[in-house]
Amino acid sequence: MNKIISKEYFSDNVVKLEVEAPLIAKSRKAGHFVMVKVGEKGERIPLTIADADQQKGTITLVVQKMGVSSTKLCDLNEGDFITDMVGPLGKATHIENFGTVVCACGGVGTAPMLPIAAALKKAGNKVVTIIAARTKELIILEEQMRQHSDEVIIMTDDGSYGNKGLVTNGIEDVIKREKVDLCVTIGPAIMMKFVSLLTKKYNIPTVASLNTIMVDGTGMCGACRVTVGGKTKFVCVDGPEFDAHQVDFDEMLMRLGGYKDIEREELEKMKCASGARP
Amino acid sequence: MDIAEERAQEWRVNLRNQMKAKERTDIPRVHMPELDPVYRSHTRLEEVNLGLTPEMAMQEAKRCLDCANPTCMQGCPVGIYIPKFVKQIETGDFGGAAKTLKETSALPAVCGRVCPQEKQCESQCIHTKMKKEAVAIGHLERFAADYERESGNISVPEIAPSNGIKIAVVGSGPAGLSFAGDMAKYGYDVTVFEALHEIGGVLKYGIPEFRLPNAIVDVEINNLRAIGVKFINNCIVGKTLTINDLKQDGFQGIFVGSGAGLPRFMNIQGENLVGIMSSNEYLTRVNLMDAASEDSDTPVFMGKKVAVIGGGNTAMDSVRTARRLGAERAMIVYRRSEEEMPARLEEVKHAKEEGIEFMTLRNPVKYIGNEQGRVTQMILQVMELGEPDASGRRSPVEVPGKTETLDVDEVIVSVGVSPNPLIPHSVEGLEVTKWGTIAVNNDTMQTDIPMIFAGGDIVRGGATVILAMGDGRKAAASMHKWIQNRDQLVADNC
Ligand SMILES: Cc1cc2nc3c(=O)[nH]c(=O)nc-3n(C[C@H](O)[C@H](O)[C@H](O)COP(=O)(O)OP(=O)(O)OC[C@H]3O[C@@H](n4cnc5c(N)ncnc54)[C@H](O)[C@@H]3O)c2cc1C
Ligand SMILES: Cc1cc2nc3c(=O)[nH]c(=O)nc-3n(C[C@H](O)[C@H](O)[C@H](O)COP(=O)(O)OP(=O)(O)OC[C@H]3O[C@@H](n4cnc5c(N)ncnc54)[C@H](O)[C@@H]3O)c2cc1C
Ligand code: SF4
Ligand code: SF4
Ligand code: FES
Repeated sequence: MNKIISKEYFSDNVVKLEVEAPLIAKSRKAGHFVMVKVGEKGERIPLTIADADQQKGTITLVVQKMGVSSTKLCDLNEGDFITDMVGPLGKATHIENFGTVVCACGGVGTAPMLPIAAALKKAGNKVVTIIAARTKELIILEEQMRQHSDEVIIMTDDGSYGNKGLVTNGIEDVIKREKVDLCVTIGPAIMMKFVSLLTKKYNIPTVASLNTIMVDGTGMCGACRVTVGGKTKFVCVDGPEFDAHQVDFDEMLMRLGGYKDIEREELEKMKCASGARP
Repeated sequence: MDIAEERAQEWRVNLRNQMKAKERTDIPRVHMPELDPVYRSHTRLEEVNLGLTPEMAMQEAKRCLDCANPTCMQGCPVGIYIPKFVKQIETGDFGGAAKTLKETSALPAVCGRVCPQEKQCESQCIHTKMKKEAVAIGHLERFAADYERESGNISVPEIAPSNGIKIAVVGSGPAGLSFAGDMAKYGYDVTVFEALHEIGGVLKYGIPEFRLPNAIVDVEINNLRAIGVKFINNCIVGKTLTINDLKQDGFQGIFVGSGAGLPRFMNIQGENLVGIMSSNEYLTRVNLMDAASEDSDTPVFMGKKVAVIGGGNTAMDSVRTARRLGAERAMIVYRRSEEEMPARLEEVKHAKEEGIEFMTLRNPVKYIGNEQGRVTQMILQVMELGEPDASGRRSPVEVPGKTETLDVDEVIVSVGVSPNPLIPHSVEGLEVTKWGTIAVNNDTMQTDIPMIFAGGDIVRGGATVILAMGDGRKAAASMHKWIQNRDQLVADNC
């Protein structure tokens, strides 16, 4: 049981939670994640550790409402307890001074990018962050990202905020403007696929943080498996970050869709139960 | 008292003299009452075996000849004093039988259910040499343990006075639990760290309710709590806490029972299609996360045409689970013949009764999916048996050019597990074998780092509950000795 110390809304659908977890706060590094379960019959879901305070013994999670489990977590309040939390999991991000790094994030991916951008900045990199979303309301964490980046570029599909265009348009503009030494990308698999195709064209080393479906998060089940460089890897223990140019994104996309129907049903059920219109 | 002296006790002699050996061996072996196969293939949570009645158990116990040389005991990896507990059952002293079991086994209710008895104790029973069915040692063991638990009079083991020495256990499977129990009895202050949110290891997340109810495992865990063992779940040693953290926290001995939790895949074409998963994933979803219940947030596929690859207990548990979740065709695909299957005989029998199809001498070579990437078919290579291999089993060889296509909508890969690499990777200097298991001194279970002992599947690769439990007990005895010697040395040098 881990107590929620504070809760803050970044937008209607994005919540920042500060959670008591002294041991995890002590041992975590940028790129690590935790598995979280809300309620006795809850699902275990992976969430990146966005920040930690060793003195206070807390970690910060930034959660976006996606389906049943993330919504249950977002609906918890200050003083409530998270039933189960385990971590830190995964391999930490490889941080060094690469030079200029483009952090390309979309949708859910902005939250897990935050600690990575911060660590890269701290290591002396010039950090150019690109936040992309369909429309203005879905842009999250802009302020926080500005604190840890040299420059933040906003891209919206409909042009309602920042520049009109896709994340890849934003990246290409930067590549054309200056020498980019590394690209880090986190977001929907389809987005990461196109980022990877683009940077491959320009020969820019690219790291993608993969958000596959997970069950245990400790290497025990293989639900999170992806093909990287022709070999099967487990994202929870071998990743979550991989050389994007080696990742089989088409396979990953296919696997992510695996439980879509069941998930949609569950979400409808929950909405009906809570009285909201489906 | 040694075995011969015990056997010479008056009550044992009298009991033996009550019936002739021939009369005893002529009694037919008891049949375990079971749920009806049709009914049970739709109920996930009810145990298949219903347990013996006291009358049945006493009758079965009569079959045992109370041999002067009880070969059955040699077949039991922990050497349970079998004739003694069986004869106690014969006299109706069920509590005494349970006590006898507990002298050697920490988890008799579990082992009575899941041991491969036909390969262990029962295979060495004198009856088998006379071409008769062995005494149902497993059923009797389960009976005595269940009787004690249900009576509510669980004998509390004697606990030595606390010595204040802190001992850590990594993993709460049978190895860790039995180690923890013994160390607590010796007077140590024991804390068990478990990575998952549930305590119990494979007993909880792997073996299904219909074979081993969680409630039975929980009773054992609560007994350990009652004698002072502390459990910390959601804590991964090597991640949340390092071995060094444990040392700094004052832990003076560490037992690693972290199991063989990593699933193996076959690396064949199409294996990452949607609907193909490891048995660990499938069973974890269903058992640990209760995914098949309405109120669980975790989803699980409920395939109609399910193929399970493999012939071990894990494969049987998976295929029988699939059947219970509504599979019209639930199939075992195994590359050897039924004779070579490593699963317990009883599981194979139960599976057949439940309508599981056995496709033996078949090996998958490729999976085919639809546009959504969901598996729809698998290609099977037909095999035949060749020469015996290193394991002594006849090895399967391909029949050239002979393949079959099978329609499936879910495939569960159950071809073995590898040792959990977390501890081996995170402890500098710990000697690891080429199979990734932790190397130990077989007599003491001590690793090359003196304060670290290990046992169970992390040392043996995938093995059995009773072996894991035996390792835990052996490690406890030798760690206790090691700590006493060490303290003696310190005292001598002062
Ligand atoms: C290593 C890792 C770190 C992550 N860090 C964060 C984080 O810091 N903050 C955060 O908000 N989310 C993060 N995620 C994603 C988060 O785990 C998922 O959003 C969550 O599991 C969804 O669960 P749900 O039950 O709410 O939604 P579901 O009902 O499971 O899914 C709803 C919809 O979301 C899609 N979906 C499911 N899983 C994912 C996923 N992993 N990524 C993208 N889409 C998905 C489904 O296809 C479905 O359409 C991370 C994922 C991974 C693997
Ligand atoms: C489906 C299935 C059916 C089986 N059926 C039978 C059967 O019928 N009969 C039989 O005899 N055997 C059976 N077995 C085998 C038997 O269950 C195992 O041999 C036995 O459980 C091994 O015990 P263990 O204590 O070594 O490890 P496990 O039971 O695997 O327990 C290890 C525990 O350690 C935890 N852990 C791992 N790493 C860490 C860490 N770093 N920090 C903290 N915790 C950690 C794991 O989460 C796990 O809970 C079966 C196995 C499976 C999977
Ligand atoms: S522990 Fe297993 S092998 Fe030993 S006597 Fe009991 S059932 Fe037989
Ligand atoms: S070998 Fe069989 S008959 Fe003899 S003591 Fe053991 S169980 Fe009884
Ligand atoms: S989530 Fe189970 S192995 Fe990665």
